Amino acid sequence: MGKTLLQKVWDLHTVRTLPTGQTQLFIGLHLIHEVTTPQAFDALRARGWKVARPDRTFGTVDHIVPTRDRKRPFLDMLAEDMIAALERNAKDFGVPLFGLDSDRQGIVHVIGPELGLTQPGMTIACGDSHTSTHGAFGAVAFGIGTSQVRDVLASQCMALEPLKVRRIRVNGQLPPGVYAKDVILEIIQRLGVGGGVGYAYEYAGDTIERMSMDERMTICNMSIEGGARVGYVNPDETTFRYLEGRPYAPKGDAFERAKAWWRAMASDADAVYDDDIEIRAEDLTPVVTWGVNPGQSIGIKEGVPGGATSGDAQSVSDALEYMQLHAGQPIEGLKIDVAFVGSCTNGRLSDLREAARVVKGRHVAPHVKALIVPGSVAVSKAAVAEGLDKIFVAAGFEWRGAGCSMCLGMNPDRLEGDQVCVSSSNRNFKGRQGSPTGRTLLMSPAMVAAAAVAGTVTDVREMLPPSPTAPASQGSVAEVH
Amino acid sequence: MEALRITRVEGRAIPVRGVDIDTDRILPARFLRAVTFEGFEEHVFIDDRAAAKKAGALHSFDQPPYQGASVLVVNSNFGCGSSREHAPQGLHRWGIRAIVGESFSEIFYGNSMMIGLPCVTASHEHVEALMAAIERDPQAQVTVDLAKGTCTAAPRDGTPYTFPVSMPDHVRDAFATGAWDTTGLLLENYEQVNATAARLPYVSGFTS
Repeated sequence: MGKTLLQKVWDLHTVRTLPTGQTQLFIGLHLIHEVTTPQAFDALRARGWKVARPDRTFGTVDHIVPTRDRKRPFLDMLAEDMIAALERNAKDFGVPLFGLDSDRQGIVHVIGPELGLTQPGMTIACGDSHTSTHGAFGAVAFGIGTSQVRDVLASQCMALEPLKVRRIRVNGQLPPGVYAKDVILEIIQRLGVGGGVGYAYEYAGDTIERMSMDERMTICNMSIEGGARVGYVNPDETTFRYLEGRPYAPKGDAFERAKAWWRAMASDADAVYDDDIEIRAEDLTPVVTWGVNPGQSIGIKEGVPGGATSGDAQSVSDALEYMQLHAGQPIEGLKIDVAFVGSCTNGRLSDLREAARVVKGRHVAPHVKALIVPGSVAVSKAAVAEGLDKIFVAAGFEWRGAGCSMCLGMNPDRLEGDQVCVSSSNRNFKGRQGSPTGRTLLMSPAMVAAAAVAGTVTDVREMLPPSPTAPASQGSVAEVH
Repeated sequence: MEALRITRVEGRAIPVRGVDIDTDRILPARFLRAVTFEGFEEHVFIDDRAAAKKAGALHSFDQPPYQGASVLVVNSNFGCGSSREHAPQGLHRWGIRAIVGESFSEIFYGNSMMIGLPCVTASHEHVEALMAAIERDPQAQVTVDLAKGTCTAAPRDGTPYTFPVSMPDHVRDAFATGAWDTTGLLLENYEQVNATAARLPYVSGFTS
């Protein structure tokens, strides 16, 4: 009987079974940032422990970084304290840090892949729930809390319970204007925000196989929004092409040996899954969230749900009240205040290209504040090199520096009052974008761009220029090197 | 460091109703700008509390009878979303020592375990009955017995109500033995860790 990638990686990284019955798993790569580590480093100091594998630990700053003025010290002294703490901890414990002055700085889930740190068959941990992003490479990547960060710093290991595997096959051709973001929002809507608890999601099928690494990262990134702590795609030639030549990827003969090992880590054809579902790509339309969790979404042409017919009437009516929407209201045409393209979900070069394709020659509606925030310094440089920044600025967008920005309220980029924000990020929770009454609608970067121009939630399919090629799956040539 | 052994939690209880309550609601991101967890009890549910006040109501965390409660009672998929340990840290610092719920997000559950905050699950009916009991009498004594796998609510003017609660065996054992504090365990027999690393070709950069 064959094995899944998850089982293979799990078995290879198992140190032993702990007296608690949990598995002690070796962690191949530990990524750290300023938010979830200061208390962990203090715990190490208190107990006199070192970082076990500083050679397998890398840091950057992302959540609190201002995207407009990065001068030190930051105006926000709390943020300044956090970045200073990470700099001191990295120095004291010998951990490499891609700090504010580094051209490798960026959102932790953008730079890991970009630098070739993220590789197939690895176990990866990071104190951030969107660590599932790295699964796009066929890694098994866990989002963890600060006490587990302490464990991984001190021992390069974690204590874990085994996961079941649900295979989600996406087959068929995505229609124009429908993207990886729509696929994952649809999956979460169908399976529920708690549907993946206890599971790793294996994304498979010909639609996923045709996707670029950027698109696969968008899918894996939001696994946790469906309750699955881990999501992955089996590594293939697309994965290897992306990795070749990156700073931390193996070189020459070592790369050839790596490819053979990586290929062997993919799930076997006769692997057995705990659950198996299929989604037809051609049935999908652009998806928009209307509520206060990423599972509360509808197609752009649909009306907001509600009334006694909905499954959980209380949570639907609670969400409608917060969002100031009423049952049956069309989502298309809803007036917006803010448009945000960025985040670890959709802040990569191909995302910026798709948004630029929509806004080129158009202008942001006068009442809309619109932000483009590249996921990393490298994404920013690559976008500038092909003139995307000029397209955005000419269209009335603000072009910002790399960071988490408006995905969460930890830096100066925040909603005010009950503003409505169309966002390419991953969470529409109450208060997520920094205002306790702010309203977030999640969608693809192209849909955000379309809404920014229209000033209302709009159907990007009606704004896309005719294209000789399919819009999705640009292939690895479309990605930052 | 000797970790605490936890086999039962007793005290008054506090309900927070609602499904899919995410960690951004338990502890909004803007309060994560800190290098310690000190004072986090002040931020717990802060936006929900403000919203309730604005609507002319009081969130349970602001209602006087629930102050000093040590058992939190919640519905399903509690703690979904962000992996921030700041959320269970805030609840623990507020005084919560056990959580009874229909279900929990995986990361929240693990984070709570790591800081010695047991979460147990019970059926929807039992959770509803417990919430109703403590809403009727916030002074009711609630006992979560990890060893027996039961939760008992004892209202002052009625008969005690006992129902089964569950947690995985290894979690129960970890709390019973103090092994929930895992770092020490992971550092034992470190030669086994090195042996595992040595069989992973990427650790040596695929040099052979």
